[in-house]
Amino acid sequence: MRGDPEVHELIAASSLPEVLAQLGSAPGMWMPIAGGTELMVAHAAGRLNTPKLISVWGLPELGFIRVSDDCISIGGGVTFGQIRRHAAIAADFPLLSRAASWIGSIANQNRATLAGNIVNGSPAADAPPALLVYDAEIELISQRGSRRLPYSHFHLGYKQSVLEPDELVLALHLPRRFAKHAQYLRKVGTRKAMAITKVALAGTAVVDDGIVAEIRLAAASVADRPVRMTAAETALLGKKLSFETRRAVRKALLNEVRPIDDIRSTAEYRRHVAANLLDEFLNELTREGSSV
Amino acid sequence: MTACWPHIELTVNGQQAAVEVPPMKRLLDVLREDLGLTGTKEGCGEGECGSCSVRMNGELVNSCLVPILQATGARIETVEGLAIDAELHPLQKAFLECGGAQCGICTPGMLMAATHLLARNPHPTMEEIREGLAGNLCRCTGFIKIFESVVAAAAMGATHAR
Repeated sequence: MRGDPEVHELIAASSLPEVLAQLGSAPGMWMPIAGGTELMVAHAAGRLNTPKLISVWGLPELGFIRVSDDCISIGGGVTFGQIRRHAAIAADFPLLSRAASWIGSIANQNRATLAGNIVNGSPAADAPPALLVYDAEIELISQRGSRRLPYSHFHLGYKQSVLEPDELVLALHLPRRFAKHAQYLRKVGTRKAMAITKVALAGTAVVDDGIVAEIRLAAASVADRPVRMTAAETALLGKKLSFETRRAVRKALLNEVRPIDDIRSTAEYRRHVAANLLDEFLNELTREGSSV
Repeated sequence: MTACWPHIELTVNGQQAAVEVPPMKRLLDVLREDLGLTGTKEGCGEGECGSCSVRMNGELVNSCLVPILQATGARIETVEGLAIDAELHPLQKAFLECGGAQCGICTPGMLMAATHLLARNPHPTMEEIREGLAGNLCRCTGFIKIFESVVAAAAMGATHAR
């Protein structure tokens, strides 16, 4: 049943403090809406349950990309179109640029925002694996003040997060120390464009003299939330990329993932493909390690 | 009883327009129902098919996903703005000549996505054309004739977007 626009209130505010005041005045009453690539779909299908929406689209306080010596900060309202066209992000965080290019179509990328992709809380979302392997920090803001925490602590479960009803995502902060890392990101979907992830894996690593000196792995659609693969990381860290290590890592990953059967794929397929993606990344690392 | 809806002004194809409609009404519906611009089509209504593509402040968007309140003060370009009087836009000519249009439902969105692509990249490669139109689905042509239309339009110098 088609949603009726007359039953929804939508207001716009001209500044971030105004939005935060509105959210703070009646926590849980107002739903922020940015590019609408998720909420307007729910609205069209008559599944938008919240009657009151407040637009955060175009707020300058959320629309910045700030590049400093040791960090790139991306405002929550920045679109994936802006992210993929940003030269400094492409140079230091190529996995995030690539993930941005996979989000829907050009028209979707011009509206979908970084904060929207995160707070929507989909385990299949494209940006989170890249953010996780870059040790991103997330900054939340409300009338009560702001707080900053590792992005890996943000999601608590399926569509559950630490975000309070009066809070917005102000920014993601990415430390600029991954430019020399080996980097990997692969998404498996039904087709190349406009497809939602069946399973995706991201990784950043440093292999020094054949030993894995640094390793970060993260995956989408293998659990109820985007996750770091910490057991697989532990099985790799400080080890040589030997046959035994690789067998142990594969086992750790298979034990660690908790995928489900759903409309897009099966748990068994996802487990198998997640392990194969990890193999592919380790093959790349082995080749790079041997060439050094 | 008629509710009191906000007064929203925008520019459509260079013309000033004003509507008083529910703020959650989709830009697509405002264009078609309130402004009589039925060139823009609805396909899926969920941002997957691209048939409702228009440009908003120079960016390609799916008008089915834009609540009209967010288009306040915006510059909107629709397929109706491509031709100048009876003179078709080079992209429209190319679609006609190359068989890029068949049933016509996807065509306005294809034209707007292609306009957007050529405005940013006057001489795209085939790969760039495929990516630029990846969000626009066609069930008639098999896409190849559409890609060829864009190549032909680019060769004619169809880079201008008004």
